[in-house]
Amino acid sequence: MNRINKKLKEDKKLLSIYFTAGYPTLNDTVTIIEKLEKSGTDMIEIGLPFSDPLADGPTIQASSTQALKNGMTTNVLFKQLKDIRQRVSIPLIIMGYFNPMLQYGVEAFCKKCQDVGIDGLIIPDLPVDVYNEKYKAVFEKYGLINVFLITPQTSEKRINFIDSISNGFIYMVSSASVTGSNSGFGDEQTKYFKRIAKMNLKNPQIIGFGISDNETFSQATQHAKGAIIGSAFIKNLTKSGLSKIDNFIKSIIN
Amino acid sequence: MTYNIDDKGYYGEFGGAYIPEMLYPNVEELRQNYLKVMAEPSFKKEFDQLLKDYVGRPSPLYFAKRLSDKYKTKIYLKREDLNHTGAHKVNNTIGQILMAQRLGKKRIIAETGAGQHGVATATVCALMGLECIVYMGEIDIARQAPNVARMKMLGATVIPATSGSKTLKDATNEAIRDWINNPVDTHYIIGSVVGPHPYPDMVARFQAVVSEEIQWQLKEKEGKTTPDYVIACVGGGSNAAGSYYHYLEDTNVNLIAVEAAGKGVHSGESAATSALGKEGIIHGSKTLLMQTDDGQITEPYSISAGLDYPGVGPMHAHLYKSGRAEFISVTDNEAMTSGLELCKLEGIIPAIESSHAFAVLNKKTFKEDDIVVINLSGRGDKDLDTYIKHFDL
Repeated sequence: MNRINKKLKEDKKLLSIYFTAGYPTLNDTVTIIEKLEKSGTDMIEIGLPFSDPLADGPTIQASSTQALKNGMTTNVLFKQLKDIRQRVSIPLIIMGYFNPMLQYGVEAFCKKCQDVGIDGLIIPDLPVDVYNEKYKAVFEKYGLINVFLITPQTSEKRINFIDSISNGFIYMVSSASVTGSNSGFGDEQTKYFKRIAKMNLKNPQIIGFGISDNETFSQATQHAKGAIIGSAFIKNLTKSGLSKIDNFIKSIIN
Repeated sequence: MTYNIDDKGYYGEFGGAYIPEMLYPNVEELRQNYLKVMAEPSFKKEFDQLLKDYVGRPSPLYFAKRLSDKYKTKIYLKREDLNHTGAHKVNNTIGQILMAQRLGKKRIIAETGAGQHGVATATVCALMGLECIVYMGEIDIARQAPNVARMKMLGATVIPATSGSKTLKDATNEAIRDWINNPVDTHYIIGSVVGPHPYPDMVARFQAVVSEEIQWQLKEKEGKTTPDYVIACVGGGSNAAGSYYHYLEDTNVNLIAVEAAGKGVHSGESAATSALGKEGIIHGSKTLLMQTDDGQITEPYSISAGLDYPGVGPMHAHLYKSGRAEFISVTDNEAMTSGLELCKLEGIIPAIESSHAFAVLNKKTFKEDDIVVINLSGRGDKDLDTYIKHFDL
């Protein structure tokens, strides 16, 4: 069974952390992953940096720009992750934009993911219908779970369609925004979380965007299986460096 | 083979809508409605009326006698430079502002490089009384001060794009992010035949008025609707798309697309996308774009801000790949020289973008009885500083 599916079966609320590979310095990737696992993170999204990250706010953009300046490339990332499965056992997901994967070759990329032990992918600008028609078979061949996003504006019909072709979890974007925009949830978001929870989807939901601390993590996981923190984690890395990763994670889950 | 868009939103293998889910409802709303709205008699009537009375269309098709004498062929200039706001851009912004109104949108956003599309958008927003926000790279704001002032006078808010390379592609990213953050009341007026489907097709249709007029104007002057050549410069490619549109399927009409080679195609400072680009995804569209081997989008260069874009619209990627259009690249120097020549021979100061199209006259030989239409897409007022510096005037 894929590590993501196994993790989703655990009887607890899950914390997933996003970070940009190659930031703050090029070779921090493996250290960050190890520290995250050790401090109790349930799942990790490794960001493959892109020059033009359309769905991301200033924090993730800036970390991506810096990571690219540091020399991060698709090949470098795979090299860094070569022995990662001898070091950590939690689910690892690569999150990135479609163009770098397209240039690497989608099948070659998927194969490499399987080789190093990546469990899934999140590709915000690969549309559901294109995936379904052209790439689903390749992803499945290499045992990768593709994770799709839904937003407060996604229609019920489309959510059901996305649920039908997903086989891991659904990434529930908390509000109409790019990453790192809001902190704290209002009535409108709570209503949306409840609306989705009531749909009884086949795939559990993990909420992302706007989660930055213990309070927002608790709010989000009242209505979903887990929550994802990205920008707030990167801000903490920028401010306090790798030595404070443990403190940050403990401040969320304890 | 067809050279126009198919029912899935692709030109051959190019196009589509590679967008984050957050943009899906907006883009889908537009996709489901744009053809219907454009076909409404009341829409057509208002669009045509504004193009006539506000923009000043039809723009003349002018026989350039002295230029024709020099190059020993029959050269006609499609005078988009005479439009209100000084370029073809306004054809699209008029169309899209009417579209936005019919979709009930209250807030307009746009990206701009040199500021021409920003001015054209601010103009139609003032005309319709809609809020207007224009994203512009911080570097472009510094080098295009007069257009920034124009936009402000017209009531627009100009927001600097400070991410990435701080130019057009980053302004486009910021506009897309704004649209993600404002999914209900906002319409994004893209300025070229780029972006996710249906934008390339919608913008091409609004610009198609150019080739529609060329057809009947040529009929009046030459007794036939088709020229032998249509020449246009290509950045994103909207003026080329407009001047090719009604000739796409008629392969007797030779299409020539002129790209900016900057300081030379292989100088490392160029915007010649067809020569340097590879297939990939930029701003929601599968097309040709300039990128590293690793798929990171690279920064183009051209003396002309309007051609300074690392991609090209999917229609043009298809015209290139299929061989339907001939792509020629022209350096900064070649374009500037041809621009100055047009001033001296015809008394017309062209935008530097358009000057690139004229440089083809030195690169290709035409027959004496060939009818060559050059799309003079914009006027050169905005470029005076650049001309002055380049020629030490």
